[in-house]
Amino acid sequence: MTTPTSTAPAVDATSVTETQEAVGRSPGQLMWLRFRRDRTGVISAIIVIFFFLVAILAPVIAAVYGKNPYTLYGQDIPGLLNDYGYPVAPNGGISSEYWFGLEPSLGRDVFTQLVYGIRTSLGIAVVATIIMTVLGIVIGIVAGYAGGKTDYFVGRVIDLTLSFPQTLFIIAFMPVVDSILVASNEEPPVWLRAVSLTIMLTAFGWAGLARLLRGQVLSLRTREFVEAAKVTGASPARIVFKELLPNLWTPILIQSTLLLPAMVTAEAGLSFLGVGMGELVPDWGRMFLRATQVYRNDITYLIFPGVALLVFVVAFNLLGDSIRDAFDPKIKR
Amino acid sequence: MLRFLIRRTLAAAVILMIISAVTFLLFYAIPADPARLACGKVCPPETLAQARHNLGIDKPLMVQFVSWVVAIFVGRDYEGLGHCPAPCLGYSFVNRQPVFDTIIDRLPATLALTVGAAVIFLLFGVATGVIAALRQGKALDKIASVSSLIGASVQIYFVGTLLMYFFVYQLHVFAQPKYIPITEDPVGWFSGLLLPWIVLAIIFTANYTRMTRSTMVETLSEDYVRTARAKGMSGASVVLRFALRGTLTPIVTIFGVDLGTLIGGAIITETTFGLQGLGRLSLNAVNNSDLPLLMAVVLVAAAAIVVMNVVVDALYAVIDPRVRLS
Repeated sequence: MTTPTSTAPAVDATSVTETQEAVGRSPGQLMWLRFRRDRTGVISAIIVIFFFLVAILAPVIAAVYGKNPYTLYGQDIPGLLNDYGYPVAPNGGISSEYWFGLEPSLGRDVFTQLVYGIRTSLGIAVVATIIMTVLGIVIGIVAGYAGGKTDYFVGRVIDLTLSFPQTLFIIAFMPVVDSILVASNEEPPVWLRAVSLTIMLTAFGWAGLARLLRGQVLSLRTREFVEAAKVTGASPARIVFKELLPNLWTPILIQSTLLLPAMVTAEAGLSFLGVGMGELVPDWGRMFLRATQVYRNDITYLIFPGVALLVFVVAFNLLGDSIRDAFDPKIKR
Repeated sequence: MLRFLIRRTLAAAVILMIISAVTFLLFYAIPADPARLACGKVCPPETLAQARHNLGIDKPLMVQFVSWVVAIFVGRDYEGLGHCPAPCLGYSFVNRQPVFDTIIDRLPATLALTVGAAVIFLLFGVATGVIAALRQGKALDKIASVSSLIGASVQIYFVGTLLMYFFVYQLHVFAQPKYIPITEDPVGWFSGLLLPWIVLAIIFTANYTRMTRSTMVETLSEDYVRTARAKGMSGASVVLRFALRGTLTPIVTIFGVDLGTLIGGAIITETTFGLQGLGRLSLNAVNNSDLPLLMAVVLVAAAAIVVMNVVVDALYAVIDPRVRLS
């Protein structure tokens, strides 16, 4: 494995092992040491943290900037939009007043829309990722550890879930989830759409992680340390939490860093298809829906959310790679 | 081998049945009443009841589902609409056309889009992966890995629309994306689909480059490759006969999954480029609460995924004889 052309993390690993002999370090500290030396990883982490800060601090940013994503500036203030509803100023109406320009026809401020949109999309994606990771962990470990009929049954359910045409199904059944959650035919409230989106994304997202962990547990449970724990009379709970889980954190962390950007883009894709958040809530994905309707006259409105999404997903994927390297420098890329 | 295939096919059929049943059940939780939609704005109760009866939705759910399944194999007679021959998926609630005909009508657009793009990303992805593996750590390898990372992170609705703006409407390099049957106008068929193919290829190539590169790097460090080299085998035949062969299994897996998913659900791609394929058809079905059409597109989409899985399994058994024993 350690060939002359091996990558930087492998070199780091050897130097870390040397220091380890001098000072005792926990695996977590070692991982942190390796990660800190990975420049790409650190930069991507900063970008990802920046996006999360934007999402968390959206109201503060909007207050400092002095606009909100709801006011129809273009319609209230004459001279901003032309007769066709497109911004008068060049490049989608970018000015010192409206940093990212104005939304065509409605005339909302694009900068605050994007900031709040990131908040909405990241919020849904984070919640969905956490729930599906927990589900994946529980189901995967139960199937792998219990074995036998449980394992067979769970395995078939995973196969089935992965065979569903997911996008189609989510589009088709978003109204169903809505109608189950609200009894009447009235327009569902805003938070409910977020809940339905999260449920639908989670319903199809857990299976991959569960399948992966099931396989890991199957191979772990025959290992000596698990056998030893069983012989000494450890309870199943102790074996799961103290023996199995510590060995599973690496695949879990790697998988969830892959899942989160996938959920952000999935949410954006659904909004693009018109089944995402409603018109009143600023949403990253819905900006694309509007942008693809007006792009021939106002490409700027497409570029800001598009570039932001691309930067976020690239940074997150790079971060995922770096975390994997930091956890396990032996893994080949 | 035959037993293996039969077992996998039966399992696939069971999965399809369950997916259809779930779709059927869930659809009935939708508040919209298809009979009311078919009946129109002003709808007296008798006409509504008649519409219900004609659509066959006045019977118990189980009966409806069973007759839906039976109709696929033996056909079915509809009151007021006539006989629907063997692969019968019912009549659309909206336009009263046989659903099967509509599907057959739209399928070529989706197939042309998918297969064309698949040819590009498979060939291009494997080729760049091989080059990257052979030039490990060199500039070409780095360019390949950076561009594949960006490619994998790109969204169709962003890049597709951006490319359309610049290359179709500003520079007029590409024709406006549309589907023209190849039998009518081969040149129009090609130029109409070229941009969607390229965009899909940008997104999907990344996976193949990465997968090919990593398996190839691994295989190249195997003892048998070194032995072959030591015995004086030329570089090219080592790559073709051993190294490339090792990449076959993972590539077949992701190719099968990608192809199945694309055939069944190129919804975002078709929406971005305004192509009238199965993806657009399913969006219409959802928006119109058109149950027979929705059932049919879900069935086709699921079948594409499941069938591709069986094909992948079968190919595994051909590539790697050890699989057949398990």
